[in-house]
Amino acid sequence: MITLSNVHKAFGANRVLQGVNLSVASGTSMVIIGGSGTGKSVLLKSVLGLVRPDSGQITLDGQDVTKADRDAFLARFGMLFQGGALFDSLRVWENVAFRLMRGAKALPKRDAREIAIEKLRRVGLKPEVADQFPAELSGGMQKRVGLARAIAAEPEIIFFDEPTTGLDPIMAGVINDLIREIVVEMGATAMTITHDMSSVRAIADNVAMLHGGVIRWTGPVGEMDATPDPYVQQFIHGRADGPIESVR
Amino acid sequence: MTAALGALGRPVLEALAAIGRVALFAGAILSHILRPPFYLRELGASLLQIGWFSLPVVGLTAIFTGGALALQIYAGGSRFNAEAVVPSIVAIGMARELGPVLGGLMVAARVASSIAAEIGTMKVTEQIDALVTLSTNPLKYLAVPRVLAATLAMPVLVAVGDAIGIMGGWLVGITRLDFNSAAYLKNTVDFLEPWDIGSGLVKGAVFGFIVALMGCYHGMHSARGAQGVGRATKSAVVSASVLILAANYVLTELFFTS
Repeated sequence: MITLSNVHKAFGANRVLQGVNLSVASGTSMVIIGGSGTGKSVLLKSVLGLVRPDSGQITLDGQDVTKADRDAFLARFGMLFQGGALFDSLRVWENVAFRLMRGAKALPKRDAREIAIEKLRRVGLKPEVADQFPAELSGGMQKRVGLARAIAAEPEIIFFDEPTTGLDPIMAGVINDLIREIVVEMGATAMTITHDMSSVRAIADNVAMLHGGVIRWTGPVGEMDATPDPYVQQFIHGRADGPIESVR
Repeated sequence: MTAALGALGRPVLEALAAIGRVALFAGAILSHILRPPFYLRELGASLLQIGWFSLPVVGLTAIFTGGALALQIYAGGSRFNAEAVVPSIVAIGMARELGPVLGGLMVAARVASSIAAEIGTMKVTEQIDALVTLSTNPLKYLAVPRVLAATLAMPVLVAVGDAIGIMGGWLVGITRLDFNSAAYLKNTVDFLEPWDIGSGLVKGAVFGFIVALMGCYHGMHSARGAQGVGRATKSAVVSASVLILAANYVLTELFFTS
């Protein structure tokens, strides 16, 4: 279980997180929604240790993440970045197999390549793609490669940062379905941040809404439409009028 | 009065803080050089990029510099009948100063900029964050191989630049200044001492370290967006060039005035 208790983070005068409390149970899929610039990415990166919170505590299975052995801790995670974050200088299969070929349990190149091709196949890409460079692929294919890299080492926990941003609705649907299938199949804990409501409905078991630096509402995805919370209602229906200020 | 002192003190404090940050960054890199894991493939790729692909620019710089140096020394020396010193001064000048300094500046322009742009782009596209999530230390994976490669490759580039520069002087000497080829070469060899060459190679290693260090530092600290990467690239070249000239003075004092 991932637990965030009273997490604060500011960048200069900009107080992004102002006391976030959130729990994500093992084996469930939590989707965090919220407008642009509300600190969703900061929240995700705080759990991974890419951003250090100013105060508060983040624990994984009861252990403070800042005190955990870094390599062992990160080995439990996979992450799909918003832009893919594929390494330009490496071929697609080398990107996917990056973790498999490094560290104490490094696999021989041939075995790592085989696993990479199998993972590429799992996300709907042909083996021929393996020897291409990321720049030769479309945005949707890059997202799939990023997804293959995130699941290559079969992590217990997978983070998805805006998985459908920049994709057409059909490709977004394909990625959403893939994420759902893979998370269920692997029994992994998933944390996704998005403002795409079709992603929320496809991926989430539970939803949390981040606004004003705190979690405004959290609950099962099935209860999201019925909640009277005006912030959630404005957000999920995309209304300009409501408590969330919009710039016109 | 207080405002004036503040205006004076702020940039000084900022400069000192920047020096401290660079020193810590350099210390972290040095501490990682001898500790596993070693990324030999990345080291090989960096040696190729920094060493091999810099040969043309260093060679061209050296041959024209050697030729121009021969013409200048001949013109200056003829004022007091000292034209005969052309071969020895060209050789000493190239080996001690112009080979390492001009080679260092050309490599700074070519390599520091490309390292800063590459790492800066990796930072703004979250590739550096991705490295961390894949249990890979970005400093060790990106900076250490580049700094090590530049420190090892630069003395070789300086040696090649010295040879080509001296050859440039010889070429101008025998074609434009009526020197006898054999006499020119004998003069060069007779007056050149091992430390003339050795000091230049040591300078080359230091300049190589500076070039890659500045490229990596500014790339890793690049701000967001294309403008941030552009600024990091410019800062890498400017700081590497200034530090090379400053280090050259310090090393020359150290090697030749005691």
